[in-house]
Amino acid sequence: MSAPPPILEMRSITKEFPGVKALSDVSLTVMPAEIHAICGENGAGKSTLMKVLSGVYPHGTYTGEIFFRGEEVQFRDIRQSEHAGIAIIHQELALIPELSITENIFLGNEIARGGRIDWPAAKRKALDLLARVGLSEDPDTQIKHLGVGKQQLVEIAKALAKDVKLLILDEPTAALNEDDSQHLLDLILGLKGRGIASIMISHKLNEIEQIADAITIIRDGHAIETLDVHGGDVDEDRIIRGMVGRSLESRYPDRTPHIGEVFFEVRDWTIQHPQVPERLVAKGSNLEVRRGEIVGLAGLMGAGRTELAMSIFGRSYGTYLAGTIVKDGKEIVLKDVESAIDHGLAYVSEDRKVLGLNLLDTIKRSIVSAKLRKISRLDVVDEFKESQVAESYRKQLRIKSPSVDMGVAKLSGGNQQKVVLAKWMFTDPDLLILDEPTRGIDVGAKYEIYTIIQQLAAQGKGVILISSELPELLGIADRIYTVFEGRITDNLPVSEATPEALMRSMTSAKKKANA
Amino acid sequence: MTTPTGATPTGATTTGATPEKRGGLADLRKMFGNGQSTLRQFGILGSLVVIIGLFQLLTWLIKGTGLTLSSTNLINVVNQYSYILILAIGMVMVIIMGHIDLSVGSVAAFTGIIVAKAMSEWNLPWPLAIVLGLLVGAAVGAWQGFWVAYVGVPAFIVTLAGMLIFRGGNQWIGQSTTTPVPVEFTYIGAGYLPDVAGSAFNYATMALGVLGAAWIVFTELRLRSVQKKMGSPQAPLWVSIVKIVLLAGVILWAAWLFATGRPGTSFPISGIILVLLVILYSFITRSTVFGRHIYAVGGNRLAATLSGVKDRRVDFFVMMNMSVLASLAGMIFVARSTASGPQDGNGWELDAIAAVFIGGAAVSGGIGTVIGSIVGGLVMAFLNNGLQLLGVGADWVQIIKGMVLLLAVGVDVWSKSQGRPSILGLWTRRRRARLEEQGPTEPPAVVPSSGTNESSEPRDVARL
Ligand SMILES: Nc1ncnc2c1ncn2[C@@H]1O[C@H](COP(=O)(O)OP(=O)(O)OP(=O)(O)O)[C@@H](O)[C@H]1O
Ligand SMILES: [Mg+2]
Repeated sequence: MSAPPPILEMRSITKEFPGVKALSDVSLTVMPAEIHAICGENGAGKSTLMKVLSGVYPHGTYTGEIFFRGEEVQFRDIRQSEHAGIAIIHQELALIPELSITENIFLGNEIARGGRIDWPAAKRKALDLLARVGLSEDPDTQIKHLGVGKQQLVEIAKALAKDVKLLILDEPTAALNEDDSQHLLDLILGLKGRGIASIMISHKLNEIEQIADAITIIRDGHAIETLDVHGGDVDEDRIIRGMVGRSLESRYPDRTPHIGEVFFEVRDWTIQHPQVPERLVAKGSNLEVRRGEIVGLAGLMGAGRTELAMSIFGRSYGTYLAGTIVKDGKEIVLKDVESAIDHGLAYVSEDRKVLGLNLLDTIKRSIVSAKLRKISRLDVVDEFKESQVAESYRKQLRIKSPSVDMGVAKLSGGNQQKVVLAKWMFTDPDLLILDEPTRGIDVGAKYEIYTIIQQLAAQGKGVILISSELPELLGIADRIYTVFEGRITDNLPVSEATPEALMRSMTSAKKKANA
Repeated sequence: MTTPTGATPTGATTTGATPEKRGGLADLRKMFGNGQSTLRQFGILGSLVVIIGLFQLLTWLIKGTGLTLSSTNLINVVNQYSYILILAIGMVMVIIMGHIDLSVGSVAAFTGIIVAKAMSEWNLPWPLAIVLGLLVGAAVGAWQGFWVAYVGVPAFIVTLAGMLIFRGGNQWIGQSTTTPVPVEFTYIGAGYLPDVAGSAFNYATMALGVLGAAWIVFTELRLRSVQKKMGSPQAPLWVSIVKIVLLAGVILWAAWLFATGRPGTSFPISGIILVLLVILYSFITRSTVFGRHIYAVGGNRLAATLSGVKDRRVDFFVMMNMSVLASLAGMIFVARSTASGPQDGNGWELDAIAAVFIGGAAVSGGIGTVIGSIVGGLVMAFLNNGLQLLGVGADWVQIIKGMVLLLAVGVDVWSKSQGRPSILGLWTRRRRARLEEQGPTEPPAVVPSSGTNESSEPRDVARL
């Protein structure tokens, strides 16, 4: 069988940033109608490679050649690559919340006749596209009323509207729940059936194993190898071995928990939705955390876990209606974030770019930003101490950057997450609330983050871990609460928890927690 | 306690430390603090030097003698622009917060008339009048800050209203006529450092210059010692020396020019007030908790509040501070023109805002520095001044100033959208690339983490 010519060939791509060689001599070949996965640790250069391909980094700012459908291409911006049939879907969705689905789909690509937009035609076409991506929504719906999963589908519909030949998805499922992820994967497979090739970046290796035809592994800016999935013998362990250069015995570090007294309790916590007063996002929730304990919060997207956590953390979400917090036997009132921090709480938010970091800032300033007074005297920041502190966290957490003076915007996603973690470790909390701390994080870094969580627990701190990945919760939590529609529905020691049992409590309120 | 073991599946710490490539430029740039706008501000400093040099040359060619850098002219520039630069200090903080203040000119005029009336009609002694003026500024600022921070009206609207309200206030109190101020008061706007009896050379000015130069030497030495203590990358010695010689040289030379001006003139008092404010506010914005909060809120308000920053309080004080500085600027202006009038401060907000943006601040907030804005303000000042020296009419001065503002910010936006740094940045990068080619090539190294003693390589530049 003679192989058809590849749809895409990137040859010897080298891309440098000031002080950082993000890609060196990377080549990538994608065949027609192939799903090509790219794997690698955080900061390996995956996103950079895709930005080179899609013209985000214009021709001339990198070296190497790109051949698309047999011709050499030199994109100067995204429009040109889109025009050629390459669509990139970034992890940060680029839709406009205030506009409708139709308007978003045809933004910059309007169906117009004589300068006037032909709305009926646009809407018809939008309906057709929505059917193709399997989204049954009114095309007039505003984007802001859609969940992330559906927004992701609209993005793809938008790409299809432009007659895409090669679809690039940068961590498309990172923020999706299992159902939405599965739907998306099926859709990508469906597109493949129609001859559309995809490049997919993901840290969820099981998904890659499930749908990829070929896997290219990038490590430290070098393309290490390309695995042919159909050749057999490619499993998650094999991919990990390629990514980190050696095999990984276990996904979760070993630990013997030393669990002490209950030191943190939330009682009858009731919170109102900030905009819709009749909606309660927490309904008389009870929660307790012991010293040295890692407590998991399981639940589906929208169950109210983040809302619960944020409302505890200085009432930073919703309107407080009722409930008390008891810490070390004393009732405390956390009216704002500052008092929450002063009482030893820390909340690592799920969305690091929107809620966790000031992307204009440097690493070192970010790390100290939640407790500046710790390195200040008379409100004057000691910049010498600041650098020292930042440097020590950079080493401890292995934040990949040439120096702590680098802007956090230039870090890869995983390393940004480590900076956020460092920022909250620096506040020296007694109770650390982690909201999806391993989202978008590579397997290796996940292991490191688990290790850090366990170290914090070993120091007698309490940890609340919110995660949408059940294996993760089962892997490192000591006890798991399930949340369903703002209610805590179950409270299981990890020894009794099974995915099935958790799933049951996550989807129905039949059992009341007895915390 | 679990510690990372050999099984820790990371290996990303690469050894091969790249050769130190922080050259003098990078180091000089650091004078503007660390941040994304640094390069841009460094570029604007270059433009300032070019503009001054250009007008010196042009006046020399056309008028036969270089006028820009003459003592008289420099003194003039300081006298004429110190109050705009004072406004720029407050304005950059407002703009970092993502706000804007259109009311500064009116607030300045409002304070000016109250202070003038207080002295001429109620015979308030001038030091008390100054205190009164600052209190008026604080009250006005609290008013505007309240609306911005606690009611949530956009600063653009609040200060647009303020622009009308306080302009009207000025004209109502002053009955749209000018009110003179006593001679002693004019010292803050038109006064100079005193001469030693019988000497044409102003020793006080020169002494200040020497002090400034000594301070440059001191900070550079301190920086080096801190860097050494931390084991962080240190620029080569020659860079420090060049830096000291350059900066101290400029300061001493300027001091000498100011000291040798027409007898009776020297460094203006308003200039001294400005310098003190620049030092104070650079310090506040860079090194205090409050200053950090300004950048934090301006950069990402949500993240800042989730880090315990009380964003509204920061909004309030930044707006209030702006009005206090506007009052000060208004008083200096009144002192300089020896009277308060109904048109005082017209259009100042635009000059101050232009200075801040030329100085590298971002419209979307989060970026900007006091020093940068001062340099931006000086660019406008010398441009204005140089064109006037050449006899260019006010019409063309405005057109040219407008073009310069557009160009300065346009080049910035353009270079960002191209994903490249400015022209200067391109140059430094090319130089770096050359150095890299000469450096050792680094093989991809994956080192088991347990085997890496990171502390042994403090300069370790992780290759990513
Ligand atoms: N604008 C930039 N300036 C400097 N360095 C950058 C810039 N953008 C990316 N880098 C660096 O290039 C390297 C590759 O980054 P990239 O975002 O491609 O990683 P990634 O493989 O996508 O990682 P992740 O899985 O965490 O998203 C990182 O070390 C990052 O710090
Ligand atoms: Mg990435």
